[in-house]
Amino acid sequence: MAREDTFRQAREHLAELSDEQLEARFWELAQQVVDPLVGLARTHTSPSIERSVLMRMGVDSLTCMAVVSGCEKRGLLGHGAGNVVLHCSQEWGCSATEAAARLALTGGTGWETVESKWGGAL
Amino acid sequence: MTDDTMQPLLPNEKLDVVKLLEGLEYYRPRRSGWHWREPVADQHLYEFDYKQTSKGLKNSIPLPAAHYFDNIDPQPDCVVTTEIASGRVEDDIRRMRMAAWHGADHMMVIRTAGQSHIDGLIEGTPEGTGGIAVTRKQVRLTRKALDLIEDEVGREINFHSYVSGVAGPEIAVMFAEEGVNGAHQDPQYNVLYRNINMFRSFVDAAVAKHVMASVRMLQIDGAHNANAMSIKAWKIMPELLVQHAINCAFSVAVGMPKEDIALSTVPPDAAPAPCMRMDLPYAVALRDLFGEYKMRAQQNTRYMESDGRDATVSHVMNLMISRLTSADIQSTITPDEGRNVPWHYNSVHAVNTARQSLVGMDGLREMVKVDRENPELKARVREIKERAVLFLEAMVRDGGYFASVEDAYFVDSGEYPETNDDGIVRQSQGGVAAGTIVERADDYLAPVCHHFGVNHLPEGLEHACDPIGGCTLCDHDKVPYTDELDPEDNANVRLAATAELREKGLITPEVQWAGDGVLVVTMFLPAGERVAEAAALELGRAMNLTECEVIHKQVMHPAEGTLIELKGVLGVKIDPAKLVIPEQPESLSDEEIREFVAERGLHCVAATVGMDEHSVGMYEIIDIKHGGLEKWGFRCEHLGTSVPVEKLLDAAIEHGAQVVLLSTIISHGDMHRRNMEKLADLAREKGVRDRLLLIAGGTQVTDELARSWGMDAGFGRRTHGIDVASFIVENMRERGM
Repeated sequence: MAREDTFRQAREHLAELSDEQLEARFWELAQQVVDPLVGLARTHTSPSIERSVLMRMGVDSLTCMAVVSGCEKRGLLGHGAGNVVLHCSQEWGCSATEAAARLALTGGTGWETVESKWGGAL
Repeated sequence: MTDDTMQPLLPNEKLDVVKLLEGLEYYRPRRSGWHWREPVADQHLYEFDYKQTSKGLKNSIPLPAAHYFDNIDPQPDCVVTTEIASGRVEDDIRRMRMAAWHGADHMMVIRTAGQSHIDGLIEGTPEGTGGIAVTRKQVRLTRKALDLIEDEVGREINFHSYVSGVAGPEIAVMFAEEGVNGAHQDPQYNVLYRNINMFRSFVDAAVAKHVMASVRMLQIDGAHNANAMSIKAWKIMPELLVQHAINCAFSVAVGMPKEDIALSTVPPDAAPAPCMRMDLPYAVALRDLFGEYKMRAQQNTRYMESDGRDATVSHVMNLMISRLTSADIQSTITPDEGRNVPWHYNSVHAVNTARQSLVGMDGLREMVKVDRENPELKARVREIKERAVLFLEAMVRDGGYFASVEDAYFVDSGEYPETNDDGIVRQSQGGVAAGTIVERADDYLAPVCHHFGVNHLPEGLEHACDPIGGCTLCDHDKVPYTDELDPEDNANVRLAATAELREKGLITPEVQWAGDGVLVVTMFLPAGERVAEAAALELGRAMNLTECEVIHKQVMHPAEGTLIELKGVLGVKIDPAKLVIPEQPESLSDEEIREFVAERGLHCVAATVGMDEHSVGMYEIIDIKHGGLEKWGFRCEHLGTSVPVEKLLDAAIEHGAQVVLLSTIISHGDMHRRNMEKLADLAREKGVRDRLLLIAGGTQVTDELARSWGMDAGFGRRTHGIDVASFIVENMRERGM
């Protein structure tokens, strides 16, 4: 909704603040705005985040893409794609990058290991 | 390991792009994090003291007038940015080298249009539009080239690109692995200008920022975009403060040190508005509030048109604001950005606008201070801050960030609390990649370092990556390298198309890509705007240009004429082997000259002859202070100005001089010719021609003309003492004198 410039009236409660107080108020409010955003980020993940985890595990980008979309399809992203790959590597006695490569194979059988731990949304 | 694709660059050799592309799989970045210039307090260069400069360069091209000042090239205290956006990595790195020689140490590589919406990494070296596709290979090639370039110029160069879009966390990891030094990261950019889902943008940003912080990558925010998109830029100042604050507070909360966070700040307005008086209070308010953060001073793009002169003047005014307040990074916008993707020489022009202005205003702040008590400034600084506080209060009251974006708070044409209800609206459930964030489960685990957020790692680990035996941020050898995925769209295919140019050294004009053939013709046409434009296109065709396009026109007078800049492509290649180039005289070493002069006790007599009061040029040539002949031990007798030719010759004979220097600036009525001929004739008459070197100098003098008028040599503009000294020694040797 459009509004005229109401600055003169709206600022009345700020008029008495010193410059320092005004600046402190500015940062206090900014913190109030970002706190819930940080909370949301702390407790959530996304496909890109999970691919970034796999990348840090040494997995190449095409494999990251395949494994994360496999996790998404099965509703497993919330456990962490890195968790899925780590679990497989431990079960199969191979490196994380090998485990990821096996999961990325089209029609691969690796997902059975995953589903036996976490089930699958499919 | 030694890498033969990493041979040091030689200033007289081109970058070997083909060779640089080899062995990229083995390349390792040699450092990470940002490099600030090293300030030198009270630096003394030539005859001047500087207050705001930093360590100098090993190789550079000084400002145009530097040859009057012993070729000094003072480097400002702040980092200077250039934008690189050709879309072809192999040409980008050549431009970076040129920009570095002009003082740029922050290469801001623009991404191709559309990369923000690609949910994942791109690989290889595909061509981009308005920037490169930011891929690991392109990043690696660029960082590798910059290692060589920074060694060549003698100063660390920061490589920068963008951690935005839907794949932010992946780009951040790739940048951290590849030694990228700085990046734009601001989730508000995704939300407002790329319509990427807001939940996704903030969730991703936290992880991306945390990874960036792990390698001390400098972050630059995206608030300048609000200025560029605003309807009335002078009304958006309170919102700019709010946008900066949201990104800063969010970044700090997810682990980024304040000193690694830079605000992208632009003076919002431009003339004909009284822009400096409007923008200075904003710059002051911003620096009051964000004193703990870095300032990346950007230049105005909001009001840029196709006129490069106009853009440059705006940018100089922006630079004045930087100097009156502060800037840690002085960013530059190319003066042609209002009409096309930046061209090579415009990147260099922009860097020089910054270097020239910053050095020219060095220390000015000690004399010219912002008057914080000025009533208008004081009131306006306070008002902008209060308006920003009101903006934030309303956001909190209305349900926070997401609700306020849904409610069109941002990029409104009113100055808050005024609103015209025309801001950008985004829905929290909408946008690209909506519905893709997932809550982390009770067993969520990411066995890698520098991961933000809930992470149920097993207890007792030293590093988060212990369960996998190390992650790529701890061990670079674990970083996987992907080469080309597209056999057609890659740098090697593009380079093959221009191989002939490189191999045979053929020359064709270029503005952004090797062999693009593009050139610009500037013309004044005595016709009105529309007729002039049509005529220019026709003239372009007559000049054998193809793809002609008028890129700038400016009415000089509705009837009298129009200035046109016409772009076209010239399909001509020149083989330098077939060019006839006159040989350039080589100068001798100082020692060689000094020895020769001392052995013979060389003596010069000099004067500006005729009715001519110019003396500057002669002092340049003989004075020791200007690196003139005295420097090598020549005894110089300067007779002054308006000296008759006869008197000059008599003095030479009397002093037993071997060299006569005649300066003649005035050339009306062929005065310069007549003076030279007269000197030569008199010398012959008196029988001393053979034992004298007669040398003429002046702005209208050329060697060819002077010789044809009886002199032994002539020297024109831009002559230095060394040129004359070298000539004297060589000529005397030849003549056995």
